[in-house]
Amino acid sequence: MSQTDAATAPSSGPAPDSAVSVRNVSKNYGPVEALKNLSLEFPRGELTSLLGPSGCGKTTLLKIIAGLLQPSAGEIVIDGNTVTAPGPDRAFVFQDFALLPWASVIRNVAFGLELRGVARSEREAIAEKYIANVGLSGFENSYPHQLSGGMRQRVGLARALSVDAQVLLLDEPFSAVDEQNRRKFQEDLLELVRNENKTFIFVTHSIEEAVYVSDQIAILLPRPSRVSEIIRPSGFRNKGIENIRRDPEYLDIVDEIWASLRSYAE
Amino acid sequence: MTAFGYRLPAMSSLLVWGLLWEIIGQLHLTFFVPPLSQVIITLVEIIGTPAFLKALRETAIAFLSGVAASVLIGIPVGILMGKNRLIDEILLPWVNIFLSAPLTALVPVLMVLFGFGMTSIIITTTLFAIWIIILNSRAGVLQINRSLVEMARSFGASPLDAFFKIYVWAALPEILGGVRIGVIRAVKGVIIGQLLISIVGFGALFELYSSNFLMGHFWAVLLVLFGMAFAISEFLGYLERRVAYYAASR
Ligand SMILES: Nc1ncnc2c1ncn2[C@@H]1O[C@H](COP(=O)(O)OP(=O)(O)OP(=O)(O)O)[C@@H](O)[C@H]1O
Ligand SMILES: [Mg+2]
Repeated sequence: MSQTDAATAPSSGPAPDSAVSVRNVSKNYGPVEALKNLSLEFPRGELTSLLGPSGCGKTTLLKIIAGLLQPSAGEIVIDGNTVTAPGPDRAFVFQDFALLPWASVIRNVAFGLELRGVARSEREAIAEKYIANVGLSGFENSYPHQLSGGMRQRVGLARALSVDAQVLLLDEPFSAVDEQNRRKFQEDLLELVRNENKTFIFVTHSIEEAVYVSDQIAILLPRPSRVSEIIRPSGFRNKGIENIRRDPEYLDIVDEIWASLRSYAE
Repeated sequence: MTAFGYRLPAMSSLLVWGLLWEIIGQLHLTFFVPPLSQVIITLVEIIGTPAFLKALRETAIAFLSGVAASVLIGIPVGILMGKNRLIDEILLPWVNIFLSAPLTALVPVLMVLFGFGMTSIIITTTLFAIWIIILNSRAGVLQINRSLVEMARSFGASPLDAFFKIYVWAALPEILGGVRIGVIRAVKGVIIGQLLISIVGFGALFELYSSNFLMGHFWAVLLVLFGMAFAISEFLGYLERRVAYYAASR
């Protein structure tokens, strides 16, 4: 809608093109105010992290964007359209994996495509590709109960990737992964953000992880939840993956975020 | 099961009980218990007779219709109750009442409402089987992981997709358990129906044999009935074990 205006308007820099806009969203669960008047822009093709203490409403916000929950007030706008229900432009990676326990890995990964009516041979070919992408080749015919927590989480990730949605909503996708694999996945995620022109919305508890993978970090504070700060790490992004964790800007941002969150730590 | 280091075949306990039956029968303690061997000889004699086949057909039709009705109505109703609070509040008290009600006492009412024919027998069978199927399907749905349903919705599942691809499968272990118990209760229901409503099928045979003190015949028909119920229940038990791998990890 106003994108052409923005493009022609005389402004200092290129206007950030938002893939998802959260506008004055509030959400009450009965008397509990989970979100209050929260507004946030998610730039297209970038990864935005939602960082905040437990129970501050990160999952709630993600589910509202997904169309799984209705906001009590405010709206979500994607490409000029207000979100009212789930749509093929968004894919969700669930905090608790949400795998079908009676289905093999390949059927689980292809399940999104199955629901969209993609023919079996076609969707299994696509699923196989993403199973390989997340490093699960050889487990196509295993069942979820035969996999470790980290492997299950990767099945959920592959399922979300295989529907080729423009916006990926990831709710703590690495929480069940051990430290070595976690670092590996963070690198893979950076790769993914660079190669696929998709918008990633990423919930995490880890400050280091948020700073490492994000183009933009939104810090949420609880009761009632609002965006307290938006940080855009930019300096170290092009210095090579190996050097990020030693970069002074990286360390400064981690410290800065810790300083603003420490008062909420128990 | 093993005894003295040997692996015993399945159901060997039945052999022991059969042997005990034979001994008691041979002792001629009571006319009520003829020897098992005599019962089996009688069984072989009557099993091909037109009267027996007619009874078998009548009973099978009533039983299968009753079970089909219980499954086709009971599972969707149970799933709906599990999904929808309002429907659940409305129906649950009735389901619980009927589950424990002395259904035999209701049979005369059914006869008034539906006559003395097959319909009443089928309804009696259904009434015996359906409540436990409803309750188990409901319990199966209640324990479904909510995020499976959200997951399906987020990938664009229609309500029908969700029903057939999520609810039915996630509740399947409980549903099968309910159907297995329901089928066993249906055997009871069909015989009670045949005895009380119109004297047809196996009910008629039981009536005929017991009033003429033909205990060998009586037990032979009972053995057939037991064998069929056992086979069906074993088959459903087998299906239950097939889904057990995910029942524990949902
Ligand atoms: N279905 C619900 N009913 C009532 N309250 C809820 C419900 N879901 C969430 N809440 C409340 O809303 C608040 C935000 O929950 P939410 O799950 O969004 O937090 P979160 O930031 O994702 O937490 P975590 O980091 O622990 O996953 C919490 O205080 C929680 O108690
Ligand atoms: Mg959460």
